[in-house]
Amino acid sequence: MTTAPLSTSWQSWYRFSRNPAAVIGAAIVILCVLAAIFAPLITPFPEHAGSFVDFRNRHQPPSLTHLFGTDNVGRDNFTRVIFGLRVSLALAFVVLIIAVPLGTIMGLLAGYFGGWTEIVIMRLTDIALAIPPLVMALAVASVAEPSLFNAMIAIAALWWTWHTRLIFSITRQIRSQEYIEAAETLGASKAHILFREILPNCVSAIAVKTSLDAGFVILIGASLSFLGLGIQPPTADLGTMVADGAEYLPDFWWESMLPAAAILFVALGFNLLGDGLRDMFDVEDVK
Amino acid sequence: MTAALEIVSLIKTFAVKSAFGRQTGTVRAVDDVSFKVAPGEVYGLAGESGSGKSTIARMVMGLTAPDAGDIRIDGRSILGQADRAQVQMVWQNPGASLNPRRTVGQSIRVPLVAHGKPLGRVAELLDMVQLPRGFADRYPHELSGGQKQRVAIARALAVEPRLLVLDEPTSALDVSVQAKVIALLEELGATLGLTYLFISHDLSLMRNFAQRVGILYRGRVVETGPTAQVFETPQHDYTRLLLASVPVISAEEEAMRPKIPLINGELPTAEDLMALRDKERNQA
Amino acid sequence: MTLLSVEDLSVSFSTYGRTTEVLHGVSLSIPEGAQMALVGESGSGKSVTMKAIMGLLPIPPARITGGRILFEGRDLLTMPERDRLALRGTAMSMVFQDPMSSLNPVWTVGDQLRTILKYADRRLGRARDRRARQARVLEVLAQVRMREPERVAASFPIMLSGGMRQRVLIAMALLSEPRLLIADEPGTALDVTTQAQILKLLKDLVTDRKLALLMITHNLGVVRETSAYTYVMHHGRIVEQGETAALFARPQQQYTRDLIAAVPRLTGAPR
Repeated sequence: MTTAPLSTSWQSWYRFSRNPAAVIGAAIVILCVLAAIFAPLITPFPEHAGSFVDFRNRHQPPSLTHLFGTDNVGRDNFTRVIFGLRVSLALAFVVLIIAVPLGTIMGLLAGYFGGWTEIVIMRLTDIALAIPPLVMALAVASVAEPSLFNAMIAIAALWWTWHTRLIFSITRQIRSQEYIEAAETLGASKAHILFREILPNCVSAIAVKTSLDAGFVILIGASLSFLGLGIQPPTADLGTMVADGAEYLPDFWWESMLPAAAILFVALGFNLLGDGLRDMFDVEDVK
Repeated sequence: MTAALEIVSLIKTFAVKSAFGRQTGTVRAVDDVSFKVAPGEVYGLAGESGSGKSTIARMVMGLTAPDAGDIRIDGRSILGQADRAQVQMVWQNPGASLNPRRTVGQSIRVPLVAHGKPLGRVAELLDMVQLPRGFADRYPHELSGGQKQRVAIARALAVEPRLLVLDEPTSALDVSVQAKVIALLEELGATLGLTYLFISHDLSLMRNFAQRVGILYRGRVVETGPTAQVFETPQHDYTRLLLASVPVISAEEEAMRPKIPLINGELPTAEDLMALRDKERNQA
Repeated sequence: MTLLSVEDLSVSFSTYGRTTEVLHGVSLSIPEGAQMALVGESGSGKSVTMKAIMGLLPIPPARITGGRILFEGRDLLTMPERDRLALRGTAMSMVFQDPMSSLNPVWTVGDQLRTILKYADRRLGRARDRRARQARVLEVLAQVRMREPERVAASFPIMLSGGMRQRVLIAMALLSEPRLLIADEPGTALDVTTQAQILKLLKDLVTDRKLALLMITHNLGVVRETSAYTYVMHHGRIVEQGETAALFARPQQQYTRDLIAAVPRLTGAPR
């Protein structure tokens, strides 16, 4: 696989725009991110996102006032879904902002220096990859209290290893390229070679993987809160909403199904975006 | 006068691995090679694949360490301490020796930063290789092969080296572009007082660019001398075979080529020729 | 009789919404048994011309916008796909450039040659049993001057030298007794002594069998050694053509003159 240089921006984005799935994915992600940022402004009942009760209004089906209906204590579902998205995206952001740079640096070091550096880092990676993130979160929750913060730490602590593996293999490939040899003979420092010569060649792979990861992390976060290990009520969270609403299936289906659909929607968006980015970067040499 | 570059009894052996990675033997890539290059001279190393010419280039650059022998720049040994300020290299494929994710300017700045030279030299260097200064902001894939190679030359000259190792610098270029790049190298050599170690398999090019030449076969220098002399009156059978194999475009060139007797209707391979030679010598 | 005739061929490529004309009205003709060369630098259009003749152009993004390609009088561009496939690899076949990437590393040479022969026979409607195919494969390997055809046939490509692999590619092209051989920069990836052997082999094969040869190359020396008639291409057009010796001695067009002048001389003479 040869990846297109990021500099041919107009050509790459042209390719991207010709791919309907990619465009849809990008649109979904942008929509969700904007909705999450401007949640208090665009939701009809922002106060319902926290603790609020209105027992007269409970279990209302979707209507014009309550687009997604109301839940078992009378809160507007639509508002809570949007605020829940906020939590999910924040979780993804925090996890990835820790995992991606850490994993990338580890991968660069292991790939370039080889020897003991490689052995230590990659064996550590192997160990971490053998632990399922959910199990890790369970372990953390049993030791510390269940909270969003702890869930994030648990996931991030394992997630960086995926990126290490990816960057390691790319670095290994690039290390034998002539331009790296040229940089070495020209007297460039190791830091320069790692971060200015090798890293730019990894950016496209990182972009694709991070995009796909976001979808995964959101799903894991939702699973954790579904199990009660993540964020605690009354904060709105998609996973908790699915769990709480599950009791009332199938009569009050909107309380569980619509938050689940929202999870699906945002994860799908990131997946399509990631695939679209990958297709955009994958080029065959046209002679 | 001290030689700009002196190679003394250089030996480099590589392990031969089977398909599964087990070592099955060794091969002498460079087998007791010695030669001297005078300052300002263009010395050519001619040979085919497996001759050891690229290995010698890499040892001069300090990318590989020799097993035995010495390499001296201006009389000073550079073993174990490659002199990257005095010796630089231009590789064969500019598409591979320039980082595709870095602009021309960024690539040229690498040696300037590494050796503490002023960054303003980028513009000066581009002028030297006859490229417009605006190219500093372009990426390699936006340039033609010849332009990329000029960038590689500019980058190599950034640290003001005395010796340039040119490893097949024009083999990946069209012949019309090749002529211009060689002309540029000649001009720069004269203006900057550079010494060149020119590695190539293209004998016609060697004839026109190198003043002295060493013919390499399987790690040994089988013949050496002034280019014109070696080409017009080749002594060694391998040199004769090489000259006979070059496709030429004029009757005069064809007339100067040695005639090699055919074996089974075709030109002998180098191995066959050398085996034949050894057999004849043993019989004599 | 004219074996292949390309008449006024034009091809365009569309990428990123832009269309570029890569061939502008290219015409050439190859008589039976003739040894001809198509020479040009990179980007001249010689590879596109070759692919168009062999039917290997990726359509889209390429598009043939005009002209005809006549093989033994029949237009390849308008004939039914089945007939065109029946010609490819049989009546007209190609010697590929890079032995490393043209041979499948996980199959033996014999397997690959036998399979190619099997499919060629099928396209021609000819029946041949396994033993006859094996015999033909060994016959062809001997024709390309392999000293031990059985051993080569039983080898994997990685076990053979570069020169031997190139001979295998030539053997591949000869399997079905073609009338036209198109050689795409044969030996460029090889050492000069090996290349000289390969070129001599090609020349001998073509002369002995009275095959027509179209040599595609950028190397003027190769042209002079292998071809009696040369077409010079530049920017998608044939800028000059003529008998090789005359063309080299008295080039008419400026581009041809410049091209010849740029080639370094073994004699070291000033150009």
